[in-house]
Amino acid sequence: MVDAILQVRELSVAYQTDEGEVVAVDRVDLELARGEFLAIVGESGCGKSTLLFAIAQLLSPPAGLKGGSVVFKGRDMVRLSDSELRALRWSEVSVVMQSAMNALNPVKSVAAQMMDVCRAHTSMSKAEIRSRSEEVLRLVSIDPVHLDSYPHQLSGGMRQRAMIAMAMLFTPDLVIMDEPTSALDVVAQRSLMMQIKELQRRFGFAALFVTHDMSLVSHFSDRLMVMYAGQLVELGETRELFERPLHPYSRGLLEAFPSIRGAKEHLLGIPGAPPDLARPPAGCRFAPRCPSVMTPCTTTAPELLEVNGSLVRCLMYEDAGLSETVRSS
Amino acid sequence: MTDHEPLLRTVSLTRHFRLGGYFSRQILHAVDDVSLTIGEREIVALVGESGSGKSTMARLLAMVYKPTSGDIVFEGRSLRALRSRRDQLAYRGKVPMVFQDPYSSINPAFRISHGIQRGIKLHRPEMSSRERQLEAERVLEAVGLVPARSMLSKYPFEMSGGQRQRVGFAQALAYRPKLVLADEPVSMLDVSIRIGVLNLMNELREREGVSFLYITHDIASARYIADRVLVMYAGHLVEEGPTEDVLQRPKHPYTQLLLSAVPDPKAPLSVGSSTDVGEPPKVVNPKEGCRFQPRCPYAIAECASVTPALRPLGPVHLAACHVARPDGAEAPAGALAGRDGAPNGNVPA
Repeated sequence: MVDAILQVRELSVAYQTDEGEVVAVDRVDLELARGEFLAIVGESGCGKSTLLFAIAQLLSPPAGLKGGSVVFKGRDMVRLSDSELRALRWSEVSVVMQSAMNALNPVKSVAAQMMDVCRAHTSMSKAEIRSRSEEVLRLVSIDPVHLDSYPHQLSGGMRQRAMIAMAMLFTPDLVIMDEPTSALDVVAQRSLMMQIKELQRRFGFAALFVTHDMSLVSHFSDRLMVMYAGQLVELGETRELFERPLHPYSRGLLEAFPSIRGAKEHLLGIPGAPPDLARPPAGCRFAPRCPSVMTPCTTTAPELLEVNGSLVRCLMYEDAGLSETVRSS
Repeated sequence: MTDHEPLLRTVSLTRHFRLGGYFSRQILHAVDDVSLTIGEREIVALVGESGSGKSTMARLLAMVYKPTSGDIVFEGRSLRALRSRRDQLAYRGKVPMVFQDPYSSINPAFRISHGIQRGIKLHRPEMSSRERQLEAERVLEAVGLVPARSMLSKYPFEMSGGQRQRVGFAQALAYRPKLVLADEPVSMLDVSIRIGVLNLMNELREREGVSFLYITHDIASARYIADRVLVMYAGHLVEEGPTEDVLQRPKHPYTQLLLSAVPDPKAPLSVGSSTDVGEPPKVVNPKEGCRFQPRCPYAIAECASVTPALRPLGPVHLAACHVARPDGAEAPAGALAGRDGAPNGNVPA
């Protein structure tokens, strides 16, 4: 990619547990162009949040980086010192967490929290900070009178909006979002997604958006990455992936959602449960649950293949002739 | 179901909570004047956003809360008549609840058999310990946890979320229930296993003849299993009818808003014009009038002063709205029909 703002290479994260090392993110590669919206979907425990934390350099023990690089605007964030990272955070990379109630300080007003951020990164005057804070709140359709509110005085949707407003303080180039809408009702969720998309169009930041709900991002993301058991299993254009999913897991996820339109179909979901990452299956990690499993799947770990412009990790496409191995493992 | 007595019906069921101290005059109207019916072998979905009163409804039906006013009639008998502990216990056995969070609703210190056997001991004391064991195995098999015998000796931490939720259903089944109150039973589960639990509810209805009140905020899943859908907003029942009628021809503007907000990958790439940033109100000391009126795009003067009552707009389709028109008379200006289709051009690419 020519204009990549973020390049993640061979990123691996391991948790140190009593049972030994558990690799939660296994050699993930991804690139993000300026202004692009990339959604990462998967079930709980698939490593999607861990991947985000690793990219934002926010891992804390027992999780630790096992290898790989995260190049953001030409600099490898893995090698940056704490103070260099601090300078980067908020101003160039913002992170919006899943639970705003836990991410906001409950004993400080919204204004005071914005003040903290601004003081740490700029030499703006109090009045300037105040007016900038009002400005960003208006961006997310919150009346600036709420600047002096405490988090508990705001509704769930407003808290989440306030978090996004804070992330916008310095118009960063990359916004990392970990399920920002999962605690919200459908109506609030929809309007928050619209707001995020609108902000993105206005300011042109790139977005990494983690969710477990594939249908949520179907109309919002440019590309979609599906993770399973710590590995990238499919990555492609969002519409393409929805219309022609390649990996059996992606197909299963898509078929696990009942729809409010169209004919009523009997759905099966995906039988079984994700593997224990302390003891991953020998071959393909999805093989025990896969409806189109073949004999080699249980012994040969599939590599990431390029098929029609998408990446997929499945042996089905190995001999199809139209694929080429992206990386040998 | 209209001619004879349904399995359960509520009559103007109301529950208020006093906010603050004992002398506070702040009264929260969690559930107001709700009359609903649930038939034998019927799956009824109760849909609404958080704060709409749907969980309070479940707790009223489970006799966790006492109604402020109104009544619940189960198998033709008012719950007010259940005075003895034995009668109440019998009711709770017939109408058990399955909870939202399978990680906190099962005691982690005991094996799976403990919870199931305890329930059987309490609700079916006539059984011998051998019968109890067999019954516990039977219900585990019924919810698809096999081999049942080895499952019984597992601890909750050895099970996945989906398996735990199945244990919740097995516990309820062991009481020989007539109606299971399932409060958001799949919202904590991963998408790939949600469908399995929904299918399970359907199977249990077929095989064990149980009715379900399925409480959810996810309309798509309600459509998937429910025969009828009830929509709650701010403590009121605002719409009810057969699932397809409500979903294909929603009458109440709130139901329409809810449907338009559901992310649907199969829909065309139109993000629609839903810019509603309102939220359900906290209903404290409410005045007369429709509670959706402040958010409603079709509100008329009457809406602010007169609380709309549920009225029939189709053969078995009811809505509480002054503006909504019956089937076949889609006035005014088709406004209520095509809300989610209205494009206004600002579609994010």
